[in-house]
Amino acid sequence: MRPFFRNKGRKGEALGLGSASEPAIELVGIDKKFGAVHANKNINLTVAKGTIHGIIGENGAGKSTLMSILYGFYQADQGEIRISGRPVAIRDSQAAIAAGIGMVHQHFMLVEDFTVLENVMLGAEGGQLLAKGTSHARKELKRLESDYGMEVDPDAVVEELPVGTQQRVEILKALYRGAEILILDEPTGVLTPPEADHLFKVLRVLRDQGKTIILITHKLREIMAITDTVSVMRRGEMVATRTTSETTVEELAELMVGRRVLLRVEKGDAAPGNVLLSVRNLTVKDSRGVVMVDNVSFDVRAGEIVGIAGVAGNGQSELLEAIAGIRKPTSGEIWIDGKPAAGIDPRGLRELGLAHIPEDRHHMGLVLKFEEYENAILGYHRDPRYGRGYLLDLDAIREEAEEKIAKYDIRPPNPRLRTANFSGGNQQKIVVAREIERDPKLLLVGQPTRGVDIGAIEFIHKRIIDMRDAGKAVLLVSVELDEVRSLSDRILVMFAGKIVGEKSGDASEQMLGLMMAGIAA
Amino acid sequence: MSTASVQLPRWINYGAIPLINLVLAFVCSGLVVWAIGESPWEALQLLVAGALGRGEGIGFTLFYTTSFIFTGLSVAVAIHAGLFNIGSEGQAYLGGLGAALVALSLDRYVPWYVTMPFAIIGAALFGAACAAVPAWLQAKRGSHIVITTIMFNFITSSLMNYVLVHLLIVPGKMAPETRTFLPGGQLPKLDWLIAMFGGKLGAAPLNVSFLIALVMCFLVWVLIWRTKLGYEMRTLGISPSAAAYAGIPYAKIVMITMLISGGLAGMMALNPVMGASGRLQIEFVGGAGFVGIAVSLMGRNHPAGIVLSALLFGILYQGGAELSFDMPSITRDMIVVIQGLVILFAGALEYMLRPAIVRLYQQVAGGR
Ligand SMILES: Nc1ncnc2c1ncn2[C@@H]1O[C@H](COP(=O)(O)OP(=O)(O)OP(=O)(O)O)[C@@H](O)[C@H]1O
Ligand SMILES: [Mg+2]
Repeated sequence: MRPFFRNKGRKGEALGLGSASEPAIELVGIDKKFGAVHANKNINLTVAKGTIHGIIGENGAGKSTLMSILYGFYQADQGEIRISGRPVAIRDSQAAIAAGIGMVHQHFMLVEDFTVLENVMLGAEGGQLLAKGTSHARKELKRLESDYGMEVDPDAVVEELPVGTQQRVEILKALYRGAEILILDEPTGVLTPPEADHLFKVLRVLRDQGKTIILITHKLREIMAITDTVSVMRRGEMVATRTTSETTVEELAELMVGRRVLLRVEKGDAAPGNVLLSVRNLTVKDSRGVVMVDNVSFDVRAGEIVGIAGVAGNGQSELLEAIAGIRKPTSGEIWIDGKPAAGIDPRGLRELGLAHIPEDRHHMGLVLKFEEYENAILGYHRDPRYGRGYLLDLDAIREEAEEKIAKYDIRPPNPRLRTANFSGGNQQKIVVAREIERDPKLLLVGQPTRGVDIGAIEFIHKRIIDMRDAGKAVLLVSVELDEVRSLSDRILVMFAGKIVGEKSGDASEQMLGLMMAGIAA
Repeated sequence: MSTASVQLPRWINYGAIPLINLVLAFVCSGLVVWAIGESPWEALQLLVAGALGRGEGIGFTLFYTTSFIFTGLSVAVAIHAGLFNIGSEGQAYLGGLGAALVALSLDRYVPWYVTMPFAIIGAALFGAACAAVPAWLQAKRGSHIVITTIMFNFITSSLMNYVLVHLLIVPGKMAPETRTFLPGGQLPKLDWLIAMFGGKLGAAPLNVSFLIALVMCFLVWVLIWRTKLGYEMRTLGISPSAAAYAGIPYAKIVMITMLISGGLAGMMALNPVMGASGRLQIEFVGGAGFVGIAVSLMGRNHPAGIVLSALLFGILYQGGAELSFDMPSITRDMIVVIQGLVILFAGALEYMLRPAIVRLYQQVAGGR
């Protein structure tokens, strides 16, 4: 099959002088509407061959839509796509692959029970008999790995690999199909910082070998660190393109949002009051019986934000779920505002004054097939204000949903839109609005700004601090160390299920990093 | 792959796609008819005339429709909570026992309209009881509801055999059936309804349970889309993890949903037992429970859709019977084949055409 022979002679081309200005991708006048939503307005974009091009923009600006058009998931209403100067019609993802475009999805498209090799070959097996294709693929995979410094065990089962490695398999899959252009949509959202560093190393190698890369991210730090050029989208339009070395984080932020953005969190001193959450000797096991939270004790007081720092997978998620009543603790006690809370179901806990912004909005915080207003009451749907007796009062629910949409600037402002059709950041705002507007005593927050744009991050951070200042207790879990440091009044560091230390909010990054790795205490 | 996420307007999703599927099913059926040497066009005419041509045909069609509405609703309610209830057949069968016991004990003393509410409750209770054990096993023990409800179809069948042959049979008679209910235990025919349109019901067994079925459609719609319980069922059906997050009790919702589902299936028995034959007979359900699965799928699990698809299957049943009478080379088995094709296209292959239609829609709508 074609992919086996595609890559020959590519290196020479890419290293040739003047190749940097040769366009790999040209989008001309791309336009796309979803009903009343004008997601892409007359977009023009040129990306030079052998460069890394960043695309930034607020939630719902149309970044994913534009990339979906390039990858054939959606058809543009108008406009032209040119690859290496030649106009191409990309009707579906097969056509995109044939044009040398590969996409690394945020939610990986891997068969979890298959090995790395099987996943890479999938759909490009090369003939009816597997054996021949397999040995060829194994050779090819070896070559790709050594060319790009991406060591992966081809016989490992994907399910058992860490997230960062799974992502590498996605990249290998694209390269195996002969991708010359790689699209990555928010690839670092799910990665730990070392994994993200490794990804960037790989991307640099790919660029140096002549591949063209488009990177979508909300983290301006990443844009500055790795891209050559960067484009900014706002409300469906392409508003600016800059050479990365000639711009600043501040300028980009302003271009994105259309106003100056506070990149630092401003907060006064905490005034801690009564203990509102008390955890004693809590132990939680996962479904396989592995101890995930190991004899943990701590308090959170009214009027303070306690952050839990830790590398993903060290028990923070399980801790949060146990306090929220979703996971049954094996032993230990939880007290909320002086009342025993261990073993009470989430509905009962909400009545005790708990609100929970879950880490995984797609699986827990939202029902993606519901319309927006239906999600605006999830968990609180039994409240009399949403209808007396057995019936739901849809008018009252929609009215309240509209108020929250206005207050949290959720776009598009349509409570009847299916939740899946909101952009990632706006979905998160739906959850945040629901939980914070209930005015709880204790707020549990997991990854509050995953996939959220800087304007919305500023907004969500402000809300969380407002909660604190209003005398609520906030427990925050985030893999973003910056976020934990800038929001928390106290930081608890988790490693291997245990709390290995407590620091004040201004602890240094190095110190916390060492503790998170289980080295210092 | 890429078209699955595209949202289509309602008139395409609920109107055009089922209609095209239906036409395809009829085209295929036509080919089969043609292959055995009969005229498809003539067969279609006979079928439609048989089902809708005269008052009596319409009466039969609506009689079948009534049964299918009940079983279709039963399947749909369960599907909304993510449960696949294959046991409507058995639940309806046991529901017949509930209805019959009420009719047998009250028909001597009170008129039919006093018996009716008790019979509805009796049928629903017995149907629900038949669903209760699989529901409990699913909720508490994780036994798959598909397997357990199928098994309960067999269990009910044996149980009803025993009850009819040994307990309820009229002493000295051969047929395993109860005595015929007195008028106080029968549901009146709807002659006036057909007469309103100038037809004559004749021997057709269309009866008051048709109206009960329509009321149930409305109640199910309210339940699913207007009540807190329905909200919880739908949340659980779409996303069990979001339901856990929201504190929606899994076991409780599974139990309640299955009891409602079984109850609706049980009510189906009112139609044949108290409305048509006026006695409890062996195997009176006759596959209506399984047809309910197709009816629900084709009606997109929505009461309005269920009424329409139940009507379609009613037409196929009645028209098919007439057709095989008028065209002897088209046997009963052929009718089953045609029904099977409709189920195949409308239910199982529902999404076969969707990608092509999405493309077409995008081209047409995109050009505007
Ligand atoms: N299938 C769809 N149907 C209707 N509207 C859609 C659909 N897909 C996207 N949209 C809308 O188009 C706009 C652009 O969405 P898109 O996902 O491209 O944003 P984004 O820039 O990727 O945002 P984020 O940073 O939050 O991921 C949003 O307003 C979104 O609600
Ligand atoms: Mg996006």
